[in-house]
Amino acid sequence: MTRYVIKRLLLMIPILVGAIVIVFTINYFSSGSPAMAILGTSATPENIAKVEHEWGLDRPYLVQLGEYLYHVFTKLDLGTSYSLKRPVTELIGERIGITVLLGLLGVAVAVVIGIPLGIVSATRQYSIFDYVSTTFAVILAAIPSFWLALMLMLLFAVQLQWVPVSGLDTWKNWILPVASVGAFPVAMITRMTRSSMLEVVHQDYIRTARAKGLGSGVVIFRHALRNGMIPVTASIGLMTGLAMTGTIIVETIFNIPGLGTLMNASINKYDYTLTQGIVLVCAAIICGTNFITDLVYALIDPRIRAQYSSGKRPPRCRRQESADPATVKCTTSPDMLANPSARNSTTEEQDND
Amino acid sequence: MIKQNINMLSNEHTSTRNRSQLGEIWRRLKKNKLAMVSMCFILLLGLMVIFANVISPYPYDKIDLSNALQMPSLAHLMGTDDFGRDIFSRILFGGRISLLVAFCTVLVSIVISAVLGAAAGYFGGWFDSVVMRIVDVFMAIPGMLLAISIAAALGTGIVNTALAITICNIPGLTRIVRSSVLLLRDQEYIEAAVSFGGSDKHIIRRHILPNTLAPLIVQASLKFGDAILSIAGLSFIGLGIEPPTPEWGSILSNGRELIRSFWPIVTFPGLMIALTMLAFNLFGDGLRDAMDPRLKQ
Repeated sequence: MTRYVIKRLLLMIPILVGAIVIVFTINYFSSGSPAMAILGTSATPENIAKVEHEWGLDRPYLVQLGEYLYHVFTKLDLGTSYSLKRPVTELIGERIGITVLLGLLGVAVAVVIGIPLGIVSATRQYSIFDYVSTTFAVILAAIPSFWLALMLMLLFAVQLQWVPVSGLDTWKNWILPVASVGAFPVAMITRMTRSSMLEVVHQDYIRTARAKGLGSGVVIFRHALRNGMIPVTASIGLMTGLAMTGTIIVETIFNIPGLGTLMNASINKYDYTLTQGIVLVCAAIICGTNFITDLVYALIDPRIRAQYSSGKRPPRCRRQESADPATVKCTTSPDMLANPSARNSTTEEQDND
Repeated sequence: MIKQNINMLSNEHTSTRNRSQLGEIWRRLKKNKLAMVSMCFILLLGLMVIFANVISPYPYDKIDLSNALQMPSLAHLMGTDDFGRDIFSRILFGGRISLLVAFCTVLVSIVISAVLGAAAGYFGGWFDSVVMRIVDVFMAIPGMLLAISIAAALGTGIVNTALAITICNIPGLTRIVRSSVLLLRDQEYIEAAVSFGGSDKHIIRRHILPNTLAPLIVQASLKFGDAILSIAGLSFIGLGIEPPTPEWGSILSNGRELIRSFWPIVTFPGLMIALTMLAFNLFGDGLRDAMDPRLKQ
């Protein structure tokens, strides 16, 4: 297990370095100049050149990138915000709690609603309940989170006045943002749970369990669920990533002081260091959730544990290779989960890798 | 003479088989009512936006302050905005931009991903490793955030929005193409083509790519919906298509401040985005089931 944890941790480093290089490069070659953010209205060509020299922005690309990477990995320093003149890590630190909490609450709601819906749909395939919940999931998956947020606001805050329109003063303020962030994950988790449980309930060992005379509750919860939940667990990690992205836009609608509103402000002020910092922190959070997901995955799937816990690897077979969470993590993306066709090709790829 | 006959026969045979294969897909697709309704909706929407200048009752940018914030009526099907512009006309013209940008992004990203994915999957080795590691890194950054950073760096506008979304689409699609190619590479007919001395270029073009077409077409349909959502999302936060050019996301964003007093302006553009997304998702799912019924669950 330790070997597995170390392997997964080491795999995160090149991904994070790559993400930094990509985001830094995008911002370096951007059309606007950060000097504009610093100078505001007093920007003249001479002033811009002077400020760019002061901040070291006129140095070659590789020098700036190397320095940025060095600061990130040695001091966890993401630079200084041009517009707010404060360290980016400090600004992010002040607001990250709200965004992460909002994202996690959204996913928690999705898990609480989506998993039971999916299980009941799968166990009663083609029943009215199945049709209703599948339709519900298909519709929720098509609604953009920002429009859902506006519609919920229109109905519950403006018309019915049950909850406040914006801000974060009471617990009631959290209801609409959490619902908007959680809607898409609810749809995805319902679909994932349903399809994964359907695969499991048609397996021979389930038929055997039923033939032994076990009650359907025991068959579902003791036998089917343990295997059926493995892919769903993996998807929850990815959902967290999606929820974080959803949060970024939803926050601006409800005027919530999180990373989303900070990012919006940074974009409007050409404050690239801040934008870059926020994107990287989100990427790091997603890498972190993937790491935790893989650990949980290994804990609940004995096939993966077996590969790493014993000194000798068991004979490799296609099935075991396909269950390697490192492959699963790399080959499943949020947008693949959004449609089962991608998932199918993913499974195919895992079998082939 | 005999050779000619054989050629003729084999051509006939191939064309019949192709026709029946396509016919088979169409027959299965026709049975899926949801997919058919979605297809009709997509076709209707396509026609409506193409002929927007004929159908729309008013020019999309005609300001008429005396008629501002009118509720939906026969004169203005979806009401008017705070400048008195007809919302229905703006949505029609906005759809033109959304669908055009989505079409271009999906087309370009599919072509690039097909080439990259096919080459990576077929050749393997260092090229595959390099391409796939780059894909891994891109996929570590959430799609929408990556699109936001690219759009923020490039600036607003139709071309920049399309570029931002295309770049975000390529990694996921490349992975899908590569996975199909990996499956195909070990098939006997590819082996046969190699043993007959077919060049790599010939095998990729004639055997690999046509066989990866099915998953690609399905992905195209699903990515189309995603692209419309991304364009609207970017415009909504002020990074995509700038006003006064109408676009569903930017109409929605402009109407945000009026949410307390005037509901139509936030309701209809969002409804169009959601319906379009729904149609493309359902059509994509139906197409996938029709092309490969084994996957149906």
